Amino acid sequence: MTSSAIAVSGLRKAYKDKVVLDGIDLDVRAGTIFSLLGPNGAGKTTTVNVLTTLAKADGGTVRIAGHDAATQPKAVRAAIGVTGQFAAVDELLTGRENLQLMVDLSPVPAKAGKRVVNELLERFDLVESAQKPVSTYSGGMRRKLDLAMTLVGDPRIIFLDEPTTGLDPRSRRTMWSIIRDLVADGVTIFLTTQYLEEADQLADRIAVLDQGRLVAQGTPDELKRQIPGTHVRLRFTTVAELDAAARVLNGSTRDDEALALRVPSDGGTASLRALLDRLDEYAISADGFSVQTPDLDDVFLALTGSRTQEVSAK
Amino acid sequence: MSAKSHSIVMLRRNFKHIARNPTSVFNAVLMPIVIMLMFVYMFGDAFSVGVDYIDYATPGLMLLAVCYGLGATATAVNSDMTKGIINRFKVMHVSRGAVLTGHVVASVLTNLVAIAALVGVAFLLGFSPSASLLGWLGTIGVIVLLGFAAGWLTVALGLSAKSPETAGLASVPLVMLPFFSSAIVPADKMGPGLREFAEYQPFTPIIETLRGFLNGTPSSGDVIPALAWCVGVAFVGYLWARSTFTKRA
Repeated sequence: MTSSAIAVSGLRKAYKDKVVLDGIDLDVRAGTIFSLLGPNGAGKTTTVNVLTTLAKADGGTVRIAGHDAATQPKAVRAAIGVTGQFAAVDELLTGRENLQLMVDLSPVPAKAGKRVVNELLERFDLVESAQKPVSTYSGGMRRKLDLAMTLVGDPRIIFLDEPTTGLDPRSRRTMWSIIRDLVADGVTIFLTTQYLEEADQLADRIAVLDQGRLVAQGTPDELKRQIPGTHVRLRFTTVAELDAAARVLNGSTRDDEALALRVPSDGGTASLRALLDRLDEYAISADGFSVQTPDLDDVFLALTGSRTQEVSAK
Repeated sequence: MSAKSHSIVMLRRNFKHIARNPTSVFNAVLMPIVIMLMFVYMFGDAFSVGVDYIDYATPGLMLLAVCYGLGATATAVNSDMTKGIINRFKVMHVSRGAVLTGHVVASVLTNLVAIAALVGVAFLLGFSPSASLLGWLGTIGVIVLLGFAAGWLTVALGLSAKSPETAGLASVPLVMLPFFSSAIVPADKMGPGLREFAEYQPFTPIIETLRGFLNGTPSSGDVIPALAWCVGVAFVGYLWARSTFTKRA
């Protein structure tokens, strides 16, 4: 027995001649948030479609909650909940009717169903607008209703395809806290996003998808460690000063255009003092000074940028 | 939960849609009546068809009424597809075709309402069929069968179309086709080329079958091709809809 909620190996998918997924391996442990991060067109939605039985893989195996997606799609569907990229809500029905529709289609008995609908409306703060048609809802409310509909039937594995794309910052935070609450209840979440901050905030593990391939995988911290570490950036006013500083500071990299120098450092006070003392010793003064720690944006650019160069070099 | 109860849930959803957005049904119910008034009052005297024009035209207009309802069905199916609602149902533990069955049944029921209204107005205009009870049952049977056939074909069109607008357009040929049949004027009054087309297109035997039932003189020469066309179209439409439904994500 394994505690993998989602296990994917060698997943391949092509539409006609266009290879969309080129050998994906993933392992998501039960009760964690896994984020698939990538730019538009990287293959995120295709991955979700294959994992949720909407599309068939051309190669590789997909196991969801222990069931093979190709041979036991019904068992997979019974175990999962999916919130697609665009809020799939029925605009002509009210919020309550949308939830009731999900209850009617799920194995939830009618009596318990009423309770489930009320609980979900309450939990997602939709009680006031429950009787209004969804066509009057804001984008944030639609997304919340969409997710609420997914939760009818209490799925243990939930797929969220770009759940906050197009939402304002406040609705995004609300969505994040909802997602955290879900995991606190032991649900496994597979989340795709193009926002690094979102993956950094929510995910236990992140995989970076670019042009159908995983270019990196790990915890947010592991990914951050993969690129040049913390450094000090010194800015100068003249080339002469930049030259002088570059001569006395070993291991530094110059950026002639910005008249800046990048010096590796752990960011601690002792090493900073030593650095400043050395500049003082040679009577060099810098115009500006900043300590920079890499964030996921740097990771992302470093990982996907190099791939783009590889491709264009061919 | 069985496929049947899922289909009923979906049908209930379609009824709610119709109740909230009645324009589409108005269109399906009123347009055939407007066309009937137009033809009977404006052009009716100009056509010599051997019988009272209203008696000649009503069966053809019944068929037109079936076709007018299809645009709304195609648009509704397509918006379910493009807005992701069908995908939502597909990843649930829901019997596969339920959402499509719901659309087809709603479409057939809309047809029946439209035709009941049309026939009501026809009676006011002097429609005097000589059909027996059996003839009426036959008429209803053919209409329901045609409704199912056209409904499945329309659902397939709706699933395949890129947007609700193109879905609506895709159903236009089905709305136009009855005009190029013996619905409004007998085929032998048409020009060469068009006449042959009108004689052999599927709607003509269906209309002649309805005429036969309503006049009390059904002829198997019309009934058999009419049934064959309906069953054939229903079968093709159903298979096409199923395969598009399975493939498109």
